Amino acid sequence: MSNRVVNILVPVISVILGLLVGAIVMLVSGYDPVKGYLALWNGIFGDAYAIGETIRQITPYILAGLAVAFAFRTGLFNIGVEGQLIVGWFAAAYVGITFDLPMYIHLPLAIIAAAVAGGLWAFIPGLLKAKLQVHEVIVTIMMNYIALHTTNVLIKIVSDGGDNTGTIKETASLKSAFFESITDYSRLHNGIFIALAMVLLMWFILEKTTMGYELKSVGFNQHASQYAGMNVQKNIILSMVISGAFAGLAGAMEALGTFQYAATKGGFTGIGFDGIAVALLGANTPLGVIFGAVLFGSLKYGALNMPNEAGIPVEIVSIVVAIIIFFVACGYVIRYFLEKMNKKKEAK
Amino acid sequence: MSFLDVLYFIIPSAIFYASPLIFTAIGGVFSERSGVVNIGLEGLMVMGAFIGILFNLMFVDTFGSLTPWFALIAAMLVSGLFSVMHAVASISFRANQTISGVAINLLGVAIALFSVKMIYGKGQTDYIQERFIRFDIPLLSDIPIIGPMFFKDVYSTSILAVGVAVLAWFVIYKTPFGLRLRAVGEHPMAADTMGVNVTKMRYIAVILSGALAGIGGAVYAQSISGEFSHSTINGQGFMALAAMIFGKWHPLGALGAAIFFGFAQALSIVGGQIPYVDQVPPYFLHILPYVLTILAVAGFIGKANAPKASGIPYIKGKR
Repeated sequence: MSNRVVNILVPVISVILGLLVGAIVMLVSGYDPVKGYLALWNGIFGDAYAIGETIRQITPYILAGLAVAFAFRTGLFNIGVEGQLIVGWFAAAYVGITFDLPMYIHLPLAIIAAAVAGGLWAFIPGLLKAKLQVHEVIVTIMMNYIALHTTNVLIKIVSDGGDNTGTIKETASLKSAFFESITDYSRLHNGIFIALAMVLLMWFILEKTTMGYELKSVGFNQHASQYAGMNVQKNIILSMVISGAFAGLAGAMEALGTFQYAATKGGFTGIGFDGIAVALLGANTPLGVIFGAVLFGSLKYGALNMPNEAGIPVEIVSIVVAIIIFFVACGYVIRYFLEKMNKKKEAK
Repeated sequence: MSFLDVLYFIIPSAIFYASPLIFTAIGGVFSERSGVVNIGLEGLMVMGAFIGILFNLMFVDTFGSLTPWFALIAAMLVSGLFSVMHAVASISFRANQTISGVAINLLGVAIALFSVKMIYGKGQTDYIQERFIRFDIPLLSDIPIIGPMFFKDVYSTSILAVGVAVLAWFVIYKTPFGLRLRAVGEHPMAADTMGVNVTKMRYIAVILSGALAGIGGAVYAQSISGEFSHSTINGQGFMALAAMIFGKWHPLGALGAAIFFGFAQALSIVGGQIPYVDQVPPYFLHILPYVLTILAVAGFIGKANAPKASGIPYIKGKR
């Protein structure tokens, strides 16, 4: 088996094992796993509306996954995607409700505002990491909580004490009449094109530019990169900012597409954390992120159908997702068994 | 309120909010000292809180006022068992420890909420009847000034927390076990050469961290929240992790840092009742613990304090 095949097999086996464990959990808890997974399937592909909503859910997952993956490639673990997404969400909504501009200016402005907000939010941990060697994991986790409280207060200010910014102007909306008509009025919006464009952009940056080469190089070996004359500090900050910008765009998808507003939150959206799973499953490659996002986005949306149709709590899917991450992290063992099996075959 | 009254008010609150952090941070110290990064403390705390509340609700008729203590033990055992997953992944399976920790966090919340919905049919449990209660320590609470500050209206769990921290210091710095633990975290190959079983030491350390995080979660649930829902444990595990780093991977340092964070948390919750502080918009008090944490990790810790082998799986025979 070539290395390439193994690299693809590890996530595939992890997903199968995750679903298997999920089935066992359902069985042990007295639920019917067949009924459960059937409900999940119907929740994802049941009708045009479900398919539309599933793709809608996949959109921010792609961007959150890109954000985590991009930082990973420079050797940084950005757990702060959640916070960067939240500030991006607010920034996009704010621009969306405040200005009166023609669409071709308003919409890009709102999207860029989200990217800038996310990038700025990631700039702080990047700077601290580069200048003071502060571990980015701790700082980004704390920044998540600060983002949550900060946006909640800002939304209160913007809405004069309310808990909702109000609907954004139509000129800033990503809504698509075409998608609505073919998916039975689901909330599927044009943001999916932005997400796919960003996948292409990440691939281009990493594979076709000097900047991407330097970022990856710093991820592989900081000392060697420094010795080769690269500015390690600059690259660390740059990587975090780009990662944060992707995360901010994921927020824009929610603000301008799905919800059309920003509301105060009691807790995290979870999209940023699931982005970690998406990136891991996709082996931190742009194309892999699409597959990861499709899988986790579908699971998350489809799960909403499980309580109604099969009486199973939606959290079963969170269990499956966590187990999948766990097995991907344990890739070494899966590789080990694959190699063993391979050797046996060759011996025969 | 005079200044002294403010102190009488805020210091017990600070210790009250700190005790779950102390347990969990000490757990983190054990794990990281052995060379295993445990970012899964949050998930382990969630598990502890859930089991604590579940046990408390189920057995309150059997054990009466002792229920919280039995619930604490149950939480300790289950979280300890749960942490075996992290141990297997990061020690035997050579997984990326941060990622395995993230999986533990997600899994802890998912299992707890799944079970709550399965058992209670809704997103949160009922409130428990038997909580940890406050009491005055005889004699000590009569000492002027420090009596009302430290020994009046204290929770026995707070005393236990400080006790555990001191015990952890003794175990890590004064016993052969502690020496081995530190050796395994600094230079596993050297320890291995000297006949220390690296794998066994690390397993013990991770399970200890799980057990302590479980206690932390159960203490939080049974003294502060009183029920379990998705937001019961909301970042306390990460705060404990930060306390451990702020405390420079030292049990007593972690104790001090946890009390400091407890103070920040207490300020954000009871600040509205303190003169001058009540003038500050609640927003600033809410973000205070997190900002302080960032400032703390950015400003007060030098580099290279972490155990050297922290985060690296030990592979026999690899140079």
